[in-house]
Amino acid sequence: MAVDERSLWEKIADKLRSRSLWMLHYCTGCGAMELPPTMTSRFDMERFGMGPMATPRQADILFITGYLSAKTLRRVIYTYEKMAEPRYVIGFGSCTLNGGIYYDSYATINRLDYYIPVDLYIAGCMPRPEALLEAFNELMRMIRRGEANGWKKYKENYEWYKQNQIRSLGEVFVHDEFHE
Amino acid sequence: MTILKVIAVLLTGFFVGLTLEGIARKIMARVQRRYGPPWYQNFIDVFKALSKRGISHGWIFDFGILMALGGVIATLAFVPLGDLVAFPGLDNIFIIVYLFAVGALGMAMGMVGSGNPNASIGVARALTQMLGYELPYLISIAGVLYYYKTSSVSGLMMAQQDTWTLFKMPIGGIVAFVSLLGMLGKKPFDTPIAPAEIASGPMVELSAKYMGLLMLMHTFSIFVEIGLFVDIFLGVSNYFTFLLKFTIVWIIATLISSVLPRFRIEQVVKFYWKVPLSLAFVQVLFVLLGWVF
Ligand code: SF4
Repeated sequence: MAVDERSLWEKIADKLRSRSLWMLHYCTGCGAMELPPTMTSRFDMERFGMGPMATPRQADILFITGYLSAKTLRRVIYTYEKMAEPRYVIGFGSCTLNGGIYYDSYATINRLDYYIPVDLYIAGCMPRPEALLEAFNELMRMIRRGEANGWKKYKENYEWYKQNQIRSLGEVFVHDEFHE
Repeated sequence: MTILKVIAVLLTGFFVGLTLEGIARKIMARVQRRYGPPWYQNFIDVFKALSKRGISHGWIFDFGILMALGGVIATLAFVPLGDLVAFPGLDNIFIIVYLFAVGALGMAMGMVGSGNPNASIGVARALTQMLGYELPYLISIAGVLYYYKTSSVSGLMMAQQDTWTLFKMPIGGIVAFVSLLGMLGKKPFDTPIAPAEIASGPMVELSAKYMGLLMLMHTFSIFVEIGLFVDIFLGVSNYFTFLLKFTIVWIIATLISSVLPRFRIEQVVKFYWKVPLSLAFVQVLFVLLGWVF
């Protein structure tokens, strides 16, 4: 795969992108509780240029914090496809990794990266803010080195992702945006 | 020569504006006992936004954003930055106020063109808020214009050789400053872009490049708004004292906004029409009676 070839311009742009990450936190599970302390006085994520954004159009990172039920998964996919490229995904907590304590539930999905490409996982139930900051630094390093290219993989392997999504969700007949 | 001056004005708007926005974020962080981003963070944000691949929502959307940015840049060219006046003799306050509306309307048109209901709500709120602050602002400015018998901004600036207008007409100055907070969309009056309620309002559908252009437009419009206030109320200034006064006004506005929560939109209009509007009328009455210090 030629996903990690970058022009000089891309390298410079990646340096800038790694210093200004706006995140959309899709707070699905209990793990989201660790985000407020990371944003506020004690750990202050804004000093890395990171900040919360209210809309997927402006966000760079999609943050999935915890278990995803099959219904929520559909929204997550919509949200992910709305974001502007390049986009990065962080899976937060054991639930996104392998289902966590909900591994045998009928309503939740077990592995997030069958459905959307995940650049980085943070293990733990739930991860502490220190783990979060470590993960952000790792993501910045990955972006600078050009390794965080899940969005390219999503484009290249779209068929595979699509099949997984359909298998899990069933065929989606969209009547309109809010009543599918 | 005019071209060079226009370029100088725009470069000042770009570099000083983005730097000051970064510093404002730092100050805000310090008020909240955080460390805060570096001062050049906003440069990174703008260039990053411009480097991403955005999604357009039709030509009305594109055109609206270009109109907003172009309108604000055109307005900025007419604002005197101290003694740096790009169009001497044309820096009339009516031209500036009139041209400035082009930017706001361009933004409203483009954002509504994106078709997102949140954007429409945001634009409606922004225009309602405009209805709130424009009245007291223009009435207090009308007092100043009447007193000095000129509507040229550099003329108003030069007329304050002995005392600042702020000290001559303190009530009008305060009214204009409160209206300025509304114009800047600073905290008690940031109803149009309420991220927690309507997902950033007008900006909800802006991705990547469009967002970068809009951030630039925001920077330039800050320059127009605060620049007018500094020119009209804060005495004679050359280029450097202008920037100093500009920074101080901007920092005071940031400090005020960092400790206040948000008004609802009807509270904004009620507030503006009760307190600042009556004060503006009192100021005009004082000017008419000749009670100016
Ligand atoms: S990993 Fe643990 S903390 Fe996170 S969502 Fe799952 S159960 Fe909750």
